[in-house]
Amino acid sequence: MSLGVVEVAKIAHLARLAIRAEDAPAYARNLSAILELVEQMNAVDTSGVAPMAHPLDMAQRLRPDEVAESNQRERFQAIAPRVEAGLYLVPKVIE
Amino acid sequence: MNPSTSAALHEQTIAQLSAGLAAGQFSSEELTCAFLQRIGRDNPQLNAFITVTAESALAQARAADERRRQGQAGLLTGIPIAYKDIFCTQGVRTSCGSRMLDRFIAPYNATVVERLNAAGAVMLGKTNMDEFAMGSSNETSFYGSVHNPWDLNAVPGGSSGGSAAAVAARLTPGATGTDTGGSIRQPAALCGITGIKPTYGRVSRWGMIAYASSLDQGGPMARTAEDCALLLAAMAGFDPRDSTCVDRPVPDYAAGLNQPLAGLKIGLPKEYFGEGLDSAVAAAVETAIAEYRKLGAETIEISLPNSQLAIPAYYVVAPAECSSNLARFDGVRYGHRCENPQNLLDLYIRSRAEGFGAEVQRRILVGTFALSAGYYDAYYLKAQQIRRLISDDFRRAFDQVDVIAGPTSPTVAFNLGEKVDDPITMYLSDIYTIAVNLAGLPGLSLPAGFVGQRPVGLQLIGNYFAEERLLNVAHRYQQVTDWHNRIPTAFA
Amino acid sequence: MMEWETVIGLEIHAQLATKSKIFSAAATAYGAEPNTQACAIDLGMPGVLPVLNQEAVRMAAMLGLAIGANIACRSVFARKNYFYPDLPKGYQISQYELPVVEKGELSIDLEDGSSKVIGVTRAHLEEDAGKSLHEDFHGQSGIDLNRAGTPLLEIVSEPDLRSAKEAVAYMKKLHQMVVYLGICDGNMQEGSFRCDANVSVRPKGQAQFGTRAEIKNLNSFRFVERAIEFEIERQIDRIESGEKIVQETRLYDPDKGETRPMRSKEEANDYRYFPDPDLLPLVIDEAFIETVRASLPELPEAKKQRFIAQYGLSSYDAGVLTAARALSDYYEAVVAALGGEPKLCANWVMGDFSAFLNRDGKDLAESPVSSAQLASLLQRIQDRTISGKIAKDVFEAMWVGEGDTDAIIEKRGLRQITDTSAIEKVIDEVMAANPDQLAQYRAGKDKLFAFFVGQVMKASKGKANPQQVNDRLAEKLKG
Repeated sequence: MSLGVVEVAKIAHLARLAIRAEDAPAYARNLSAILELVEQMNAVDTSGVAPMAHPLDMAQRLRPDEVAESNQRERFQAIAPRVEAGLYLVPKVIE
Repeated sequence: MNPSTSAALHEQTIAQLSAGLAAGQFSSEELTCAFLQRIGRDNPQLNAFITVTAESALAQARAADERRRQGQAGLLTGIPIAYKDIFCTQGVRTSCGSRMLDRFIAPYNATVVERLNAAGAVMLGKTNMDEFAMGSSNETSFYGSVHNPWDLNAVPGGSSGGSAAAVAARLTPGATGTDTGGSIRQPAALCGITGIKPTYGRVSRWGMIAYASSLDQGGPMARTAEDCALLLAAMAGFDPRDSTCVDRPVPDYAAGLNQPLAGLKIGLPKEYFGEGLDSAVAAAVETAIAEYRKLGAETIEISLPNSQLAIPAYYVVAPAECSSNLARFDGVRYGHRCENPQNLLDLYIRSRAEGFGAEVQRRILVGTFALSAGYYDAYYLKAQQIRRLISDDFRRAFDQVDVIAGPTSPTVAFNLGEKVDDPITMYLSDIYTIAVNLAGLPGLSLPAGFVGQRPVGLQLIGNYFAEERLLNVAHRYQQVTDWHNRIPTAFA
Repeated sequence: MMEWETVIGLEIHAQLATKSKIFSAAATAYGAEPNTQACAIDLGMPGVLPVLNQEAVRMAAMLGLAIGANIACRSVFARKNYFYPDLPKGYQISQYELPVVEKGELSIDLEDGSSKVIGVTRAHLEEDAGKSLHEDFHGQSGIDLNRAGTPLLEIVSEPDLRSAKEAVAYMKKLHQMVVYLGICDGNMQEGSFRCDANVSVRPKGQAQFGTRAEIKNLNSFRFVERAIEFEIERQIDRIESGEKIVQETRLYDPDKGETRPMRSKEEANDYRYFPDPDLLPLVIDEAFIETVRASLPELPEAKKQRFIAQYGLSSYDAGVLTAARALSDYYEAVVAALGGEPKLCANWVMGDFSAFLNRDGKDLAESPVSSAQLASLLQRIQDRTISGKIAKDVFEAMWVGEGDTDAIIEKRGLRQITDTSAIEKVIDEVMAANPDQLAQYRAGKDKLFAFFVGQVMKASKGKANPQQVNDRLAEKLKG
């Protein structure tokens, strides 16, 4: 599959990446080349093959319902770009 | 084979240093100072370290010496090591090689760091890496390329390039790495050291910044299999904070190292010796395999018929997972935030575009596409099916053989800048390592000769949780060869 | 005039009453200072990993069993990817293709007295998001992630509901169920139980569904009813004026009583669901399901039937008493402590007790009168220490904390007068004080009997045993 700049812009928006117009053709070229590489998969018929999401065939391990975390707001917010009154600040959210 | 114990500190392996510390020949403080000095002198030309933690290293070393005085020392107590900058280290910048986390001071330790701290290991610093572990040459780092100690014009491999170069140049006796598609084994091969990627689930991923969660696995990088055994024994084990981490006893890896190889069945996948393999590398690997025959092993040609699909499947699975794993870097709670965002969308798209480099953005885009509506089945689901086929190939192979051997990388280290503009060619340098991650198997690379100045790596692949066997097979080879003792002349 | 049929499906989010979050060990308590209950996992810090809370799984299985659903032996957590400031990781961990609970049903009572079975498509586990606070921080929004990672059970109904009233009846029934099971505190003001409604209309008789609108985040029964009613009107108006319904997400504005499109959802989302690689499949075995089944409390309908049979209550009384598990538990505790008199207990629990709770806006858990205290009061009615009327005063005194039944009776001197001679003495005094009325009564004005009863009770300050007063008065008035 070959991607053009329009598709790249759409994907970039989904991924929330600002791509400069002048870089878009290069991305389109690279992405198309990568897709061409991965499309080699199509050479093999995989009908009936169970998809493998994890390398280990195991069940999920669960944890007991216990509270073991204490308030560490100060420590965590020391590395935050913008906080006020204990809140993380972002440009206004519109619902 | 064994250098005398009076050899310079930096020339010694972890096992030798551990013995020296135990015998009181030197203190951890002296040892740590010696390596810090080498880092100070040699790192500027290698760029292997992003952060050097001299002060805390000396404090840890003194604490280790104190612990030894109290009779509480273990094998790693007082041994200096370096951490790939993907492992969170509390109070120390953990950049993941990215501008995004250039100012990220981790508020907690990775489990691997906790475990090695508990063993008394001393952290020298954080090593350079491809940005978010995405790369095979260490050229995608925000902090610049790492140089291969064997030839400063060559890449060290990636993504754990800083760790590999630092061990090879004797700036540290050991280091941690992570391996998602070959990121421990390929740089180990290109720098002439030993590195093992354990079975998926053997080492906790807690605090190890995720690239592709179903493929990532941490492991040790050192000069010898014996040193890797010592490090892995401390790193591995159950962790309640990682639900994919397996609750299974950790063997005493060092104890099994000397097991004889007579009767060992080594599988040689014909797909790993075909087109694309550099003939000089092939010759070195053949010689190493011949050595194994001398040691009593039997070699059997096997087939892993879906090998050629490993790279295509990987470049769907890994980007898909990374596109989601890296969504948290949004400029809100930590990490890079753009100046004066105009609105929420602007905050996201500029913070992320400025914070991530080109290769990371490429993989995020590929992964986003592969998961998007209308393409999921053709790309993501298809890749998961291929993953099953690849995994089944290995299962069948291990019905026949004990370990699989072959080249780690199709070529020796390439030149800096040589492949940087051609992602596809770059991806192909992981052709022999990637399938191992897709299957979740353990894999090891050990030095097996040179092509010119540049080292060749031999890859050994084991069955699930067969780390002990892999380390044993590598160790026996290192008892009869000395590739692992060679030092790049500029760093002797 | 075209006749329209409404089709409604509800997606209800019930916050599960676990102590810790679904994937982290941070507390879930409501109302903490912003971001003080958001740990590294809830904040989506680099390198952190989720570990599933087994209690959340148990609670999901409880609901599944209670609605006769299938509990999946293997279910999968997936990532729902989208960017929003209250979603720290850039994805929500949810269940997509393989949910933990599938295919259940719930029977609702309609206004005409009939009942209707509503299908429950699925219920799946997921994590809640944080909150955006829109007070003005210099034109910015503030993000509080305390709620991020709170376990939610999303319960999705079939599009079986045909009116706003049915939707509310279903929602109430499910609310009763989750509170009964003890898996959700049901507090709607705090958002513990909230609902998204998918609403469409179609000409009556048409088989295919109309285009639906999804109304988000309805957190009261009243809002659900009003929002759906408004939406039905809006859609019919639009169609009748020749316009098309757009599939969209809408928000209900309780002040204006109307729904409006949600701006943040204007662009079509592509959530890129895929199995969460940090979480292996959730496997539930038969033994676990049996353990959960054994731990299931008696469900509302079964309890109602038992109350009718065991206590001889009317269907109405049994319904009221079993509407909430806490009330039914309280009632049964009173009956047990009293050792019988289920009807008397029912009258008091449904009467004064419920009225006082209501008056003070108190939750049953906050009641100042315990079941043992109420039983001791009823005991004193039973053994004729006090009359039912006096008991009301004692109850009120007990409610405001004046002490236990006997202490209040003693302190206030409320012990009933059962001594016949003492009662006769009062009767004599009353007859002597009212000679005219006595004469009239004896002349045949029978209804003055009540007057004398009143006067005797008044003179005895209500303490005279009413039955004895009646008996003795009848005798004495005859002359």
